[in-house]
Amino acid sequence: MKTTALLLGGVATALIGTALIFTPGWNLSKVHTVQTGYRGLSVGEMYTTKSEQLLKAANALPDAIDPAEAGGKKATEVYKNVKVLTDLSAAQFDRVMLGFAAWVGGEQGCNYCHNPENLADDNLYTKKVARSMIQMTRHINKDWQAHVQTTGVTCYTCHRGQPVPKGVWYKGADPKSKGAAATNYGMGHPSSVNGTTAMNTDPFSGILDGKDAIRVQASQALPTGFGAPLQKTEKTYSLMMAFSGGLGVNCTYCHGSRAFTNWTEGSPLRVNAWHGINMVRDLNANFLAPLQADWPANRLGPTGDGPKLYCLTCHQGAPKPLLGAKMAQDWAELGGVSVK
Amino acid sequence: MAMLNFEKKYRVRGGTLLGGDLFDFWVGPFYVGFFGVTTFIFSLVGVAMIAYGTALDHVWNIWQINIAPPDLKYGLGLAPLKEGGIWQIVTVCALGAFGSWALREVEICRKLGIGYHVPIAFGFAILAYTTLVVFRPVLMGAWGYGFPYGILSHLDWVSNTGYQYLHFHYNPAHMLAITFFFTTCLALAMHGAVIVSAANPRQGETVRPTEYEDWFFRDVVGYSIGTLGIHRLGLFLALSAVFWSAVCILISGPFWTKGWPEWWNWWLNLPIWR
Repeated sequence: MKTTALLLGGVATALIGTALIFTPGWNLSKVHTVQTGYRGLSVGEMYTTKSEQLLKAANALPDAIDPAEAGGKKATEVYKNVKVLTDLSAAQFDRVMLGFAAWVGGEQGCNYCHNPENLADDNLYTKKVARSMIQMTRHINKDWQAHVQTTGVTCYTCHRGQPVPKGVWYKGADPKSKGAAATNYGMGHPSSVNGTTAMNTDPFSGILDGKDAIRVQASQALPTGFGAPLQKTEKTYSLMMAFSGGLGVNCTYCHGSRAFTNWTEGSPLRVNAWHGINMVRDLNANFLAPLQADWPANRLGPTGDGPKLYCLTCHQGAPKPLLGAKMAQDWAELGGVSVK
Repeated sequence: MAMLNFEKKYRVRGGTLLGGDLFDFWVGPFYVGFFGVTTFIFSLVGVAMIAYGTALDHVWNIWQINIAPPDLKYGLGLAPLKEGGIWQIVTVCALGAFGSWALREVEICRKLGIGYHVPIAFGFAILAYTTLVVFRPVLMGAWGYGFPYGILSHLDWVSNTGYQYLHFHYNPAHMLAITFFFTTCLALAMHGAVIVSAANPRQGETVRPTEYEDWFFRDVVGYSIGTLGIHRLGLFLALSAVFWSAVCILISGPFWTKGWPEWWNWWLNLPIWR
């Protein structure tokens, strides 16, 4: 009895100890924290030498492209079928095309959107999408300075050299359970979206492609009604996990955790995030949803909807996309605001 | 306070660690001793510093008193008095007072000729506190990582620190600590209940001897750990709770900077179901 108990205890301790120590992700390098609140409140972002190196490497800027003259012949005079970049000179137009090929085209370069036999040809769906994305980029830089300020965005902010940016989402992308676990409300499937927790795998539907409210916490000490159901609460928390993963920050980046609802106890950055949520809703509704008919089958999600964006799409795991590099300032062609 | 008639023979001189006969006497029921005096001085200075800090803040609501540690920028150096220096002095006083109290317990143990179990157990509590305000801050490189001294402010610290790791309940050492805390309560409740049930009978009934307590647990769960064993178990459970609490906060920050849910990727990646 005693030997068996000791043996079982020993084995359990050894297993737990091994799991504790040998799981990947432990940090042995120096930690430093960017303090974002009053002393002693324990608010701020933690970085390690290694995490900073990784973040820097992942947010390296692409090779700069020489500026182009705004004067001279218009793009519309030189090229056929120019529909969106009609305000640019031919030189600026060429420069923008060079940028697209490097930032979005991937291995195919120009041919990802263009028919090499006839560049004016509109048969490729990617060209239609590209037009809409140019308009979206200009719209963000001009009308969403509440969120992007004068840092602005370019195609590279999201695409990073790839035709499809990392971090797009589709409706109901959650893995489905079978048998007795079939009715799981989309929970119980840890993923990169829900921060490897058991919460919703699709916290976006209805909220970022619609107007569903996010707030679930009671704002009064005593209950006045039934409040938000558990499913809605978990969806909100899962959404916040997605925000956190998208920006590579913890909850205290925006919130005072004593009362998440309270604006005055949180960081002012929460205001910026609020504008970001509204921006994402605008972009999904007015730029990505209208493209629904244009997507080929291989670009559709499991329930047949096109790709949509959220924080990760631009931020790519950094508190500021490209770590705040003001790349758009050199791209007046894309609506970038020049502050010099 | 009157002295019980048999108490005199336990009040023996000697057994002190420091100071010889100095302060080797009792005041009422309390043994004073050298470390009793140092405890008193550290406590007095510490409380006075808290009162001073509170006066500077003009906060006289006891819930809102907040003696906050320095900003992180001061690193492991001394901070100006009004910007965390008070916290540093209070911390030194607290460590001095807690340590003195433990050593006073040691002296009493020596006088009585009993083991050092009580001061060692109290040492675990001191260890947990020291982990929070010394070991972890030193490992992370700034006193500012310590928790603020205040009823509400230290709760804010706990809450925010938890959310810096997204979901602290996924911290494996925190899980162990909570489990040990709950098990300690369970063991204490069961032990207290069974003792009272047997040793404190209704009027007219006799006290049941120890065997009854053993029989009860044998009947219920098939095993009784015994009269001495239950106290060893209780001590183990309680010390484990404190020990794993200290571990769970010591690994958060110095050795793990991400969300704790991510730690469990080893489980998700087990070859059985990945």
